[in-house]
Amino acid sequence: MTQTSTARPTGSSFVNIGERTNVTGSAKFKKLILADDYAAAIDIAREQVENGAQIIDVNMDEGLLDAEMAMTTFLKRIAAEPDIARVPVMIDSSKWSVIEAGLKCVSGKPVVNSISMKEGEEAFLHHARLCMAYGAAVVVMAFDETGQADTKERKVSICKRAYDLLVGIGFPPEDIIFDPNIFAVATGIEEHNNYGVDFIEAVKELRVLCPHAHYSGGLSNLSFSFRGNEPVRRAMHSIFLYHAIPAGLDMAIVNAGQLDVYDTIDPELRTACEDVILNKDPDATERLIALAERYKGTDAAQEKAAAEWRGWSVERRIEHALVKGIDAHIVEDTEEARLAIKERGGRPIEVIEGPLMDGMNVVGDLFGSGKMFLPQVVKSARVMKKAVAHLFPYIEAEKDENSKGKGRIIMATVKGDVHDIGKNIVGVVLQCNGFEVIDLGVMVPWQEILKSAVENDADMIGLSGLITPSLDEMVTVAEEMQRAGMTMPLLIGGATTSKTHTALRIEPVYSGPTVHVLDASRAVGVASTLVSDTLAEKFVADTRAEYGHIRDARSGKTAKPLATLEEARANAFEIDESLKPGAPLQPGVHVYDDWSLADLRDYIDWTPFFRAWELHGNYPAILEDEVVGESARQLFADAQAMLDKIVSEKWLRAKGVAGLWPCAREGDDVVIYLDSEEHVRLPFLRQQVAKREGRANMCLADFISPDGDWIGGFAVTTGHGIGTKLAEFKAHIDDYSDIMLKALADRLAEAFAERMHQHVRKELWGYAPDEQLTNEALIREHYRGIRPAPGYPACPDHSLKPVLFDLLDATHRTGITLTESFAMLPTAAVSGFYFGHPQSEYFGVARIGEDQVADYAARRGLDLDKARQYLRPNLNE
Amino acid sequence: MTSAREEFTARCKERILVFDGGYGTAIQQHKLQEADYRGDLELAKDQKGNNDLLSITRPDIIGAIHDAYLDAGADMIETNTFSSTRVAMADYGCEHLVRQINVESAKLARACADKAEASDGLRRFVAGSIGPTNKTLSLSPDVNDPGYREVDFDTLKADYREQCDALIEGGVDFLLIETIFDTLNAKCAAMAAQEAAAASGRDVPLMISMTITDMAGRNLSGHTVEGFWHTIRHVKPLTIGLNCSFGADLLRPYLAPLAKNADALVMAYPNAGLPNELGQYDELPEQTAKLIEQWLDDGLVNVVGGCCGTTPAHIAAIAKAVADRAPRQVPSAPVATRLAGLEPFVMAA
Repeated sequence: MTQTSTARPTGSSFVNIGERTNVTGSAKFKKLILADDYAAAIDIAREQVENGAQIIDVNMDEGLLDAEMAMTTFLKRIAAEPDIARVPVMIDSSKWSVIEAGLKCVSGKPVVNSISMKEGEEAFLHHARLCMAYGAAVVVMAFDETGQADTKERKVSICKRAYDLLVGIGFPPEDIIFDPNIFAVATGIEEHNNYGVDFIEAVKELRVLCPHAHYSGGLSNLSFSFRGNEPVRRAMHSIFLYHAIPAGLDMAIVNAGQLDVYDTIDPELRTACEDVILNKDPDATERLIALAERYKGTDAAQEKAAAEWRGWSVERRIEHALVKGIDAHIVEDTEEARLAIKERGGRPIEVIEGPLMDGMNVVGDLFGSGKMFLPQVVKSARVMKKAVAHLFPYIEAEKDENSKGKGRIIMATVKGDVHDIGKNIVGVVLQCNGFEVIDLGVMVPWQEILKSAVENDADMIGLSGLITPSLDEMVTVAEEMQRAGMTMPLLIGGATTSKTHTALRIEPVYSGPTVHVLDASRAVGVASTLVSDTLAEKFVADTRAEYGHIRDARSGKTAKPLATLEEARANAFEIDESLKPGAPLQPGVHVYDDWSLADLRDYIDWTPFFRAWELHGNYPAILEDEVVGESARQLFADAQAMLDKIVSEKWLRAKGVAGLWPCAREGDDVVIYLDSEEHVRLPFLRQQVAKREGRANMCLADFISPDGDWIGGFAVTTGHGIGTKLAEFKAHIDDYSDIMLKALADRLAEAFAERMHQHVRKELWGYAPDEQLTNEALIREHYRGIRPAPGYPACPDHSLKPVLFDLLDATHRTGITLTESFAMLPTAAVSGFYFGHPQSEYFGVARIGEDQVADYAARRGLDLDKARQYLRPNLNE
Repeated sequence: MTSAREEFTARCKERILVFDGGYGTAIQQHKLQEADYRGDLELAKDQKGNNDLLSITRPDIIGAIHDAYLDAGADMIETNTFSSTRVAMADYGCEHLVRQINVESAKLARACADKAEASDGLRRFVAGSIGPTNKTLSLSPDVNDPGYREVDFDTLKADYREQCDALIEGGVDFLLIETIFDTLNAKCAAMAAQEAAAASGRDVPLMISMTITDMAGRNLSGHTVEGFWHTIRHVKPLTIGLNCSFGADLLRPYLAPLAKNADALVMAYPNAGLPNELGQYDELPEQTAKLIEQWLDDGLVNVVGGCCGTTPAHIAAIAKAVADRAPRQVPSAPVATRLAGLEPFVMAA
């Protein structure tokens, strides 16, 4: 399940060598070097590393340049840039003197590109010995005294000869990288037609003849005939890699940011390119040339349309950039505005107060009137943040007051909780509206929240949390704020929070204003009101009154009696024993270390994705929605583009574990028999709310037979690897991509849970081998069996998660860890139990009585206080 | 006679070898004055602090320190030549003495080692100390010009070569490139050392020792320990390891991965803890030995000694601690392409 159909296999098996820092390959880089603009040239190197180049190729072979000087200057400069210098360098020149000058400046272990037998064996071995002495791996070109190798036979014989010579002088074979020459195809010259095949076949044969050696090539040569037609070139490169990599090509000089996913290439173009590269018939070239016309200029035309607004006034450009979320020119535009304001004696802050805030006000109005939606606003905020980041040093330099905008808000996801998508969205929206947000991150203990609020003289605190134990932690924060004598407003938000909980549990323990904020769109209104001189008092009083009413209404409600545990048990659900699923085909625990992301992608349930961005409606109907349709389509397109990269560049890794064990019901417990000695008891909770005639008081244990049965468990994650990308986004002040990636990782984790469940039904347990369900049917749970998760309504006790994890050895096998509040890390993770009985269904335990709390505590082996803490959301109080 | 390489390697299979400790502290105790340093040499600049010069002006003091370490149980001592390169000696105007200092220092250490061997029959080794110099090939001293370098590769390599030639002439067994804060300096020194050894016609194995300069586990040029190992592995050093940096406790996490992966003997010689406010080292010999014992439990080292702040008493305590302990087993490294920027990069091969 690790095979993906992308052009680029990932992991250590294929290495991307960045090609942009090469004057022969990049006109832009050449221009910068010729202009002596090394600072900008270094940015190109940085961009390449950020785009996934694992090695960077540096080439300064240009007639107008002193190549030795340019090479050494550039290499010395990047040595001072840790985010570039962390990857190895490939010193690329056709002149040995340039290579040796480069070797004297590189402090890691580089690769020399290249040496060859062009000038005979003696020079070749001399250069090879020097590479050994300097400590460098080497690219060997398939080139001998008579010229470059073109046919397969020449490529093989030259490389083998070079290999034997090198190994003969003790050169480590693993440090040899052959470049058997990728030549242009589809040139119209018949002899060139087989060049692609020659390369691929040569590599295949050499791999056997030359143990431990590697194979590389410069990809851009291949498509040389299609200069100026980027879509065709990209497709050709991707298709070539798709065929050359299985043959043994394990590195290539490519523009890491510009490769298409094989599957997503227009099938007609794909076939045409494939026919050319694999030389399938004599007319292949003609066909591709004809087809290529259609793609010609598509990039350029788009660019031209997009460039029109660049001619507008700077204020209008800034507004346009903010509304459209375009960050490409914002720094230069901001700088232009700053200089203009300076010219007339103004201060840098006026750029923010003037054009930037004007633009954001337009965004705010559009957002407020429902014409712009959250995803777009987050993009706007990214542009705003970049502009502000540019101005910050100037503002700092002349700072004369302790300005804090409309107000300063401390935001934090509380201790034990790691979820922050919602919090980040709220933070962005508040910042767009002139608030200064100090984001303390996730898992923040109350001490830190209070300390930061006091030290920063904050106007209010915003707490966020997604899992139910966070509700308790928020109460703790409120209690501590009270103890500390604080009076600033406390805002409560996050998926499990509610006005009811805030009114019942949080507001009573804190005497300052306490407000539940439903979503990001309300956050600005609430925060603005709370800092307003005129509106705050009334708002606070109204909120207090409203929460008081909720408490009163609730206290009436709680009077409603629950069934006793005994009565509830008497009304248990009775399963039809004859429908019990059989023993699994593959019992025990199964580990999946690297499930294909491409496969999971098809299982994504998109509706919650849109909900995360506060776009309400069901997928796919939401894409055509009159109001939010356009926004949803744009968001969906961005999501698909990022998913392409997630899959093809393997940003994330899907790791999962599933287990199936024999068990039996004992009362409300399920006892798992690991072996004759070791039993694990899973106590479950039973509904105690009064039921209508004919409705049972459900408990998950009811779905298991007392006479022997099977139960399963799973834990899956798609969050491994996410940190690297998030750090990149953070470095680029790119909240939009940050939130997007987290939201997609969450969706992929849910998709993995869905896929794993299907795998269990069809293969591992195998009770539904012939199931054929569409993704929509899967989302609607039209399958047999359920997968309730600890912490969710049917099984509300989060503390069962460690028991499940022990059964699966999940932390060790999947790398998912649990926080003290039982939140899973990485956050893009799902775990739960499998029940296979066809009558099993999801339900909510809801409120339970003191009798069950005591009974459960005894069964779980917890003291009563601990049990009450774990079950607090379900207590009948 | 078996070669130093063979003898050293064979002994490392049997037990953990002991290296010597710091020289600076021992020299300080003599409270030497300008006249002691200078001797009867005609020199333009002040020499106080030029510890390497003492090998020719006060060989009695340096010889006594060598003897003290050998008495404490050291299998190997190093020459008093940490700063004896032309580039480093320029600070004292002693460039013209470089060859003499290195040759005399090597002879002095050799004589002490041979004397100890004569007394008990156990062969002692001499490592020629090659410090990092006071110039760096990877960093610019000018923040406004990150491409500037105070010294170039060829100049520095010639200086290292001069030192290596003289150390070999004076009779060292090994060349020890130590306290490496700049990885490119080390590559340069190693290249010079290999060329010097080849020119001498003798097998003079290299010992390589990096120093960590921050708590993130990197040296000054920014290399991680593993990135450094990839960079220098091509010289096939007899020992690879870490010295100076911190005390044994803080060095441990960086030593562990090296010990696990490096297919060479591992040598480590930490400081006697971290210096106090006065720049002095307070860690007692027993404390240092106790911390090093924790390394032994995990089989991290083949050769142990001390660096700044350690004394013959520390080395004696260490020698006692390692006496009956099993040495590290040198692992074999799978065939792989090991490249490095500041960080390691591995391709299966």
